[in-house]
Amino acid sequence: MEQVGTGYAVKKGLAEMLKGGVIMDVVNAEQAKIAEDAGAVAVMALERVPADIRATGGIARMSDPELVLQIMEAVSIPVMAKCRIGHFVEAQILESLGVDFIDESEVLTPADEAYHINKHNFKVPFVCGCRNLGEALRRIGEGAAMMRTKGEPGTGDVVEAVRHARSVYGDIRHLQSLPEEEVMTFAKNNQAPYELCMQVRELGQLPVVNFAAGGIATPADAALMMQLGVDGIFVGSGIFKSGDPAKRAQAIVKATTHFREPGILAEVSRNLGEAMVGRSATQLPEEERMAGRGW
Amino acid sequence: MKIGVLALQGDFREHRISLEKLGADVSEVRLPEHLDGLSGLIIPGGESTAIGKLMVAYGLLEAIQAFGKTKAIWGTCAGAILLSKNTGSKQPLLELMDITVQRNAFGRQVDSFEIDLPVLFLNPSAPDYHLTFIRGPIITEVYGRAQPLLSLPDGRIIAAQQGKLLATSFHPELTGDLRFHRYFLELALSESVN
Repeated sequence: MEQVGTGYAVKKGLAEMLKGGVIMDVVNAEQAKIAEDAGAVAVMALERVPADIRATGGIARMSDPELVLQIMEAVSIPVMAKCRIGHFVEAQILESLGVDFIDESEVLTPADEAYHINKHNFKVPFVCGCRNLGEALRRIGEGAAMMRTKGEPGTGDVVEAVRHARSVYGDIRHLQSLPEEEVMTFAKNNQAPYELCMQVRELGQLPVVNFAAGGIATPADAALMMQLGVDGIFVGSGIFKSGDPAKRAQAIVKATTHFREPGILAEVSRNLGEAMVGRSATQLPEEERMAGRGW
Repeated sequence: MKIGVLALQGDFREHRISLEKLGADVSEVRLPEHLDGLSGLIIPGGESTAIGKLMVAYGLLEAIQAFGKTKAIWGTCAGAILLSKNTGSKQPLLELMDITVQRNAFGRQVDSFEIDLPVLFLNPSAPDYHLTFIRGPIITEVYGRAQPLLSLPDGRIIAAQQGKLLATSFHPELTGDLRFHRYFLELALSESVN
């Protein structure tokens, strides 16, 4: 059952520890402290949140190591950082800094148009985005220790994250219903490794933790994704692009734990100030969509 | 016997699965009233700062402190940190056990590791136990009524007990080996005084 590659259990294990928690995008040490104080289980260190990457355009790359180190210095919780799809040298650099997780992320401009990083080669665990089960299992086959929905980052529109979560869990339910002789064709049609399809069919779930990401802006969004079955929440632009980041961050943390308690959700949603303005993900022109990046 | 698993954040599902394999009646604890009728509570691995803040937010800190005066509690990793009296940094703690803990004592995630060790207090003749450390703490001081239970070959303490309170730096819930969970269920039934 265990995936090959050294220390895979320990890599997957860190993701298990993050479950039921919120991972927040931060661009400096001060924001990292606000996130930790609000109850974040980890922070994602980056130079610009996705909403600003959309606004400024240009090539989005790995953050300056100095910034990542400052954030690592500022907090006691795990620190994640993003590298470009396929850019294994950015990953090597982030690993040498001692980051706790690398996100091989479609939010940055892809460095390779055909191949992702061989994540088995690293001691640091990787998280990757997915839109459906096939994509998730390809990334896990490459060594990812954690998955997340792609959603549509930087929009504040949860619709794509919902679509991707429903797709992943729907595909799993379908796979579970198949007789064994149909699994190979399922694997072919979904472009997914056969052995991992067999494993998912038996487990009834992904072999790694799966978070929601991409467009989550409110406590209700976080609880919606949790009720759809994800293990935890990434919030990118939704916190520090809002009117009162500390309060909103705490509210999203509480909503992620108490996601089945409408009374608590109502209470934490009160007087949060302005949510990020956002833009409709379904109306984005094709060239501005990030979710389609990844192979 | 009803055992609760603190389900604010972390790998509570894995503890639940381990306990259910041993036939325990398991429930998830998110609010103080969920502690009613329980004989024991497990505080899982996770982020101790996040779990601590969520305990404070809904009155669970005081409720678990009162519960732990007489009942069994086992903390794994973050749970062990929360049971301690001191971590050297400012964060909400239950302060139930006479232990001092150092967080992230082995380093960052790239320093996380697994090791096979004999666990003498469980059964001297049994096979080695596979221990998983993930950004784990070590127990730097054991004093008062707490006793050290288990150390690494270099002498660093990774498990301690005080009556029916148990703290481990590692994660038996991730390995599928149920010996620690069985030990905790026996502890919950015992007459030990915390």
